[in-house]
Amino acid sequence: MEAKLINPFINATLHVLETMAFMKVRPGKPYLKKDNVAKGDVTGVIGLTGAANGTISVTFQEKCILAIVSNMLGEEMRHLNGDIADAVGELTNMVSGQARKELEGLGRVFKAAIPSVIMGRSHSIAHYTNGPRIAIPFSTDNGDFTIEVCFER
Amino acid sequence: MNTSIKVLIVDDFATMRRILKNILKQLGFKNLLEADDGTTAMETLEKNDIDLVISDWNMPKMTGLELLKWVRANKKYAKTPFLMVTAEAQKQNVIEAVQAGVSNYVVKPFTAEAISEKLKKILK
Repeated sequence: MEAKLINPFINATLHVLETMAFMKVRPGKPYLKKDNVAKGDVTGVIGLTGAANGTISVTFQEKCILAIVSNMLGEEMRHLNGDIADAVGELTNMVSGQARKELEGLGRVFKAAIPSVIMGRSHSIAHYTNGPRIAIPFSTDNGDFTIEVCFER
Repeated sequence: MNTSIKVLIVDDFATMRRILKNILKQLGFKNLLEADDGTTAMETLEKNDIDLVISDWNMPKMTGLELLKWVRANKKYAKTPFLMVTAEAQKQNVIEAVQAGVSNYVVKPFTAEAISEKLKKILK
């Protein structure tokens, strides 16, 4: 997969979390992920079609997403629940939208579906295509999260 | 800016409705109604006199763009301010919304200041 397809998702993630949750996020080194086990407790997945077909997912550790949503809503969130699932869906939607905007500037136009959310320890992430899964780890002062980008070969 | 007007917030994500409500309350708006998709929004518009619609684009059942077209085709709401607040940020989206008669457009993620500035413009 081309690196220029990955960078917009990193940039989008930094922008979304800084703007909506006032959080500084540190991206790690992207790597090829071999299994479908989520690296956290709650995942948002969204399908993309257009210049290529694929999916992106955003998986948060519990502590991390509780801190993010607390900042977004201005009230302390203590447990994973429907409110957190809803927020993860919207965050996934915003990361997708921002990344697609940058990709459009590179001549790649994508459309997005409605995101879905999976919650629970060691859940699996079903990407819709069998292309390589590129994982990008991120860290915050309140835990980690991972984005996976998977486009058809 | 007249903050006593009745505002309808339309978004399929409750999180976003809560964020927008928090911002609007901070700006002094008190009459806030919500809908979680375009079809529910239509019912709310028919039953109430809404002065401002703030809507997402990408929603199940009926999109924000379809809602905007319905609003503009409805005599009662043909000139009602309609702010699109959406993650859909590609040029074609903005063009389609403008052609359908959107009053202004905010791309998610946004700051409270961005919402405030756009509202001041469309509620002048």
